[in-house]
Amino acid sequence: MGQIIDRLKQDIRFEEGMNACINCGTCTAICPAAEFYNYDPRQVVVDVQSNNEEKIIELLKGETIWYCGECMSCKTRCPRSNTPGLIIMALRALSQELGYFTESEKGRQQLVLKRTVGEWSLKHGYCMYPEALTTHNFPEQGPIWDWEHGNLHAVMERLGANFQGEGPGILRKIPQESLDELYKIFEVTGGLDRFENIEKCSQKKAEEFGMSFDETINNEYFDHIFVQNNGEHFKE
Amino acid sequence: MKIEGKKRLWQDYQKEIATDNYFYARSCIRQNFFPASEKTFLRVMREELNKDVYEDPRHTTCSGIVYHSDLVTMDTTMTVIARQFSLMTESGRKNYVPSCITSFGLYTEVLEMWEHFPELETKAREMLWKATGREFEKPENVAHASDIIYKFRNEIASRGKFRLVNHRTGQPLRGVEHIGCHYSKMFPHKGVGGAEYPYVLVGMIEAFGGEVVDYPERRHCCGFGFRQYVVKANRGFSISSSRKKFESMAPYKPDFILTNCPGCPYFLDRWQYAISEMEGVTYGENGYGIPVLTYEELAGLVLGYDPWDLGLQTHQVSVEPLLEKMGIPYNPATKYLGAQGQDLGRPEKPSVLKVY
Repeated sequence: MGQIIDRLKQDIRFEEGMNACINCGTCTAICPAAEFYNYDPRQVVVDVQSNNEEKIIELLKGETIWYCGECMSCKTRCPRSNTPGLIIMALRALSQELGYFTESEKGRQQLVLKRTVGEWSLKHGYCMYPEALTTHNFPEQGPIWDWEHGNLHAVMERLGANFQGEGPGILRKIPQESLDELYKIFEVTGGLDRFENIEKCSQKKAEEFGMSFDETINNEYFDHIFVQNNGEHFKE
Repeated sequence: MKIEGKKRLWQDYQKEIATDNYFYARSCIRQNFFPASEKTFLRVMREELNKDVYEDPRHTTCSGIVYHSDLVTMDTTMTVIARQFSLMTESGRKNYVPSCITSFGLYTEVLEMWEHFPELETKAREMLWKATGREFEKPENVAHASDIIYKFRNEIASRGKFRLVNHRTGQPLRGVEHIGCHYSKMFPHKGVGGAEYPYVLVGMIEAFGGEVVDYPERRHCCGFGFRQYVVKANRGFSISSSRKKFESMAPYKPDFILTNCPGCPYFLDRWQYAISEMEGVTYGENGYGIPVLTYEELAGLVLGYDPWDLGLQTHQVSVEPLLEKMGIPYNPATKYLGAQGQDLGRPEKPSVLKVY
């Protein structure tokens, strides 16, 4: 058995999600991503089941594995208890560990996720934080959010939040000792290593592209991967 | 089929829901976009039902969105969850109540995984100890906050001032429900009604006097998809999924959409606005949208809470058409006021979608 397969098998999601696939296509029939993207989870499972390392490396470097929305509708329906969504999670993890994720447009977006929901989690203790959400980056939030965002403290008070306050409540300030514990968990369990690797590989790719790169979400490379869509991902 | 047989079959679709002494874990998304819903949940539990619900200010994100954005491994996520359980253990409670479906799915996944692979539970304990010096007990019961409202739906209905009934015609109002994928698609036996007949929201609508409308794309994902929404380049996936649902439900003319997950009401509300701007299409009556509610907002309306205390003024799709059908009074003049009555201005109106 090859090294790539061995590493995939070390991932508990792979062990839980990959049994014998009978190639029936039920997962593809139920998959919301397969309706929208040029995506076929059945084929992903078949490729992985083949143990063909070249095919798997192609998946790790390609766009396909990033199309899944992890809704896990496939888990309910597979007649052999496979979960393509879990196999995708194992493939995405390995793609990042090996630095292959920056080879695809969709894979490169991991930096966006790391710099937003990832960093917000460690900084605030929440994966989303209202001050960071603007209609510039999230225009579908609509004029109601502009009103809310423009009166954030007053609206949060009206709605009963304890916004940035001490003690319990909605959007309270999470104590620094708790944020320290969260950080330490990420450190001990390899979460910070994953974050650092995403940064390192992304910076290298930005240099390859000749794009500016800094630690903010306002640089040429970040702007590029946040909006870039080559139009080749979709179903005809 | 004999009644006994039916009852036996249906037992497979039931779940145990604790009746008191809860440890409440808040939702990142619900706190951001539907903060008043969490306030309402606690108000209903404490003031209407006289239940013990404990909240520890030290709890954090469960890391679910980060996990499903593939930024961390299972090791990280299960240790963050172990820390949440440690806080529950300190509080003396054993009934864990998350306010988020992604969280609920993840807690369920981790607990099931620990059952199948006890060595991973041992590893989680070791990593938590190393990182924080904490220990924990596993919860005896994990129920999503909607499960609790479902459990006490008849008590809420009996205390209610309004019903899901058109007060002019006496006809039941028609609702579509959206269950949220991670509620029971992954672990059907952990959700009321399983994956085939999810009943948690249906039970509320029926208890409050309404009628549930079945429609072809009832179980389709709202399209959050984690990276498929957070990254701007991917949002075509997200809006297309919601659009598919709207197109499927609109012919049935629902009076409202009831949701379970904190993300789904956000998408089903905001994508109606975005579609109206992009395509000039609206799905409600007379150019309005279909009102979208969280289950806490619905319970609050039934109990006669002020719609603006419930945060309905922060929806992009106006909820007033539903309020008028239910006969619920509301004051337009106080809709956009602050807690001390200060004028906070008015949001701009969308260019296509009609709003009150």
